[in-house]
Amino acid sequence: MAIPLAYNLRNLVVRKTTTLMTALGIALTVAVLLAILALVNGLRTTLSTSGDPLHVLVLRKGSDSELVSLFARAQFQDMKFKPGIGTGRDGQPLASLEMITVINLGNVDNPNGVNVTVRGLMPAGIEMRHGVHLASGRWFDPGRRELVVGRSVAKRFPDAQVGKKLHFGRGDWDIVGVLDANRGAQDSEIWGDVNQIVADYQRVDTASSVMIEATDPVTAAALVNDLNNDRRLGVAAMSEKEYYDLQTRQAVPIEFTGIFVALIMAIGSSFAAMNTMYAAVSRRAREIGTLRVLGFSRFSILVSFFVESVLLSALGGLLGCLLVLPLNGLTTAIGNSNFAELAFDFHLSPQIMAAGIAFAIVLGVLGGVFPARNASRKEILTALREV
Amino acid sequence: MARYLPLIFKNCWRNRRRTVLTIVSIAVSMCLLGVMVALYHAFYLSDPAPDQALRLVVRSRVSLTVAIPRSYQQRIQQIPGVREVMIYSWFGGTYKDNRDAKNQFARFSVEPEKLFVVYGELTIPEDQKKAFIQDRTACVVGRDTANTHNFHVGDRINLTGDIYPGNFEFTIRGIFDSPRASDVMFINKEYVDQTLPERRRGLTGMFDVLIDKPENSTRIAEAVDNTFRNSPTETKTESEQAFTVGFLSLLGNVKMFLMAISGAVMFTILLVSANTMAMSVRERVREVGVLKTLGFAPGAILGMILGEACLISAAGGFAGYLISMLLMAFVAKSPFGGFLPTLRLVEPSVAATCILTAATIGVMSSLVPALSASRIPIVQALRSTD
Repeated sequence: MAIPLAYNLRNLVVRKTTTLMTALGIALTVAVLLAILALVNGLRTTLSTSGDPLHVLVLRKGSDSELVSLFARAQFQDMKFKPGIGTGRDGQPLASLEMITVINLGNVDNPNGVNVTVRGLMPAGIEMRHGVHLASGRWFDPGRRELVVGRSVAKRFPDAQVGKKLHFGRGDWDIVGVLDANRGAQDSEIWGDVNQIVADYQRVDTASSVMIEATDPVTAAALVNDLNNDRRLGVAAMSEKEYYDLQTRQAVPIEFTGIFVALIMAIGSSFAAMNTMYAAVSRRAREIGTLRVLGFSRFSILVSFFVESVLLSALGGLLGCLLVLPLNGLTTAIGNSNFAELAFDFHLSPQIMAAGIAFAIVLGVLGGVFPARNASRKEILTALREV
Repeated sequence: MARYLPLIFKNCWRNRRRTVLTIVSIAVSMCLLGVMVALYHAFYLSDPAPDQALRLVVRSRVSLTVAIPRSYQQRIQQIPGVREVMIYSWFGGTYKDNRDAKNQFARFSVEPEKLFVVYGELTIPEDQKKAFIQDRTACVVGRDTANTHNFHVGDRINLTGDIYPGNFEFTIRGIFDSPRASDVMFINKEYVDQTLPERRRGLTGMFDVLIDKPENSTRIAEAVDNTFRNSPTETKTESEQAFTVGFLSLLGNVKMFLMAISGAVMFTILLVSANTMAMSVRERVREVGVLKTLGFAPGAILGMILGEACLISAAGGFAGYLISMLLMAFVAKSPFGGFLPTLRLVEPSVAATCILTAATIGVMSSLVPALSASRIPIVQALRSTD
C-alpha cells in the first residue's frame, strides 16, 4: 500500500525554510537554462520570420553573407528579365539591386559603438518586402541622401531618430522615417537609396546582392536553379528563407555554452537536494520505523521519499519559470553574419518552460534516489531507537 | 581560537556524507565562477602579453569592413615610436565547405617579409620563412590548423574567394608555432593583388603596427588617428587586446553575460551552504547545551560554528578553483581560444577570488543559525529533542 501524498506535502510544509532554500537553488539552475533557451529561441524566431519563401537572394559565387558579396551592375541587367520574376506596380520586374555596408553607432551600453547594417535598395526592394511597413515618418526619396531606420535601431541608438542626421560615407544623411518589420531582421537595419549609397562608397559599378521576388513557390525554386546554373552570371542564388535559416547556426555556440553552464550548476543543486533529502531521512528515522511497524513495505517508503524529492524539485522548477518570466520580451542583440548587430527579443515559449520543469524533475530524481534507498533499508528496531 | 581547531575539524567530519556532498556542490559551482572570473580577468583587467602590448591595429573608423588606403602606410611609419607597419587584410574565402566549423580557420593576407617581425612571438624554421617570402603563392599555417587538417609542408590548399573573388591555390611553405591558439593561415598579399582590378589594389583592411615601447601605445594610437582626421577615410587605432575584445563583443554583451552567470552561481552556493549549515546546527542544539554547561562562552561557540562553515566552503572553493584550471586549459585549446588574450592558467587573483568568495559565503550563510545557537539558554538547549 502506498503512503499518501499528503504525508510528503505536509513534510515539505513543516520544514519550510529548508524546502524553500533547496527549491530556490534548483530554481536558479533552471532559470539559467531557461534564459539561454529563451535567448536562442528568440533569435531563431527573428531569423525564421525574416525570410520570405518567394524571395530569391542572389550573391556572388563563394560568398555566404551579403556583406562579402560583390555584384556588377551589368550582371543585374542580365538577370532582371529572367522568367518567373514577379511584376511590380510600375510594371517593372520585382528585382532590387542592393548594397550592404555597416556603420558604427554608439549608445549608452556601447560608448565605443557597435556595427549597424546599412542597406541600399531600389524602390522595388521596398515594394516586395511585404512584411515591412512604415511605423512613422515617410520612405526615403530616391536620389536624396535620406534614410529610414529599423524599429530596433531607433529604440537602441539615440542618434538614429527621425529628424536627426547620421554621418558616414561622404557626408550627412537625414533620417526621415522608421520602418517596422514585425520583429524580423530588417528591424535592425538602416535603409537608403542604393544609388546614393554606392556613390558614397565609390562603388558605382558594383553592389552587394540582388533580391528578386518570384511569382509563386515553384517558380522560386526554378529561378534558384536557373540562376545557379547560368555560368555566364557566376552567381549563387538561394531562397531568402534558406539564407536566414543558415544564419541560425550562430546560435549553436551560445546554446552550447548555456547548456554546459546549466549542467554544471545542475550537479551542484542536485547534490544540495540530496543533502536535504538525507537530512530529512535521518531526522525522520523514528517516523520511518513507525511506518514500517504500521505495515508499510520497504518499497512504499522508497517511493514516498522519492516522490518527496521530485515534489521538491518540481517546486524549484516552477519557481525557476517565475524567475525568468520578466525576461520574456526583453530586447537584446547579437552579431550577425554581416558583422553587424541583430536585435531580437527573448522568447519564452510553453515548450521551453516545460523543458525547464522536466529538467528540475530530473534533478530531483537524481538527488532523491539514494536517500530514498537509504530510508527504505533501515531496520525497524534500529530506526525506532534512533534519536 | 587555535585550540578549538581540532574540535572544528572533528565537527566537519562528523557527518562525512554531508560534508563531502557540500564540498562537491560548492566546488562544482565555484569552478564555474572560477572560469567566469578568469575570462573576465583576461578580457578586461589583465595586462596584455609582452608581444601583444607592442602591437596596434589600425582600421577604418566607419567599420572593420571598409578598406583604407595603403598609402597611409608611409605616413604611419613616420610617426615616432613606430617600428614596423604591415598591410594586413582579412582574406576570408571558403575552404572545402563552410558548413563544417573546422574549415573556418582564420585567413589573412600579409606582407611575408614583415610577418615574423611584427609577430615576434611566432616561431618558424629559418628555411621555411625564406621559402614563404620568396614564393608568391606560398602560405604558412599555424600548428593547430596543420594538426586539425593534417597539413604538411609542400601540401596545396585551394580556397574559393569571396571578398577577393576567384579560385586560389596556395602551397604550404611553413608551419609556425605560437604561444596562443594558432588556427590561422597567412598568405602573400602580392598573390591576391594580381587577381584584383586596379582600383582595389591600393587598399588594405587593416594595418598592424609594431611599436617600440608598450607605454607609448596610447600616444601613437592618437597620433595615427590625428594624422588622418577629416580625410575621406578616417582611422581608428587601438591596441591588439582592445581590438580582440571589441571583436568578441559582436557575439553579444559578454560582460553582462559573465556577470549574470557569476551572480546566479554565487547565489546558488549561498543557498546550498546556508541550508547545510542550518541543518547541521539544528541537529546539534543539545550538544551546544552540553558545551555551554562545560563552560564554553557563547563567543567560542559562535566562532566554532562559523569556523566550520568557513572551512567547508573554503575547501569547496579551493577544489572548485582546481577544476576551473582544468576547464580553462580546455577553453584555451578550443578554437575559441584564438579570440582570447593570453590566459595564464595559474592566476593568483582568480584563486583568491574563488576561495575568499566561498569562505565569505560560508560565514554569511551560517551566521543566523550560529547566532541563534550561541544565544540559546542552556536548559532549553538540553531539552531539545530535534
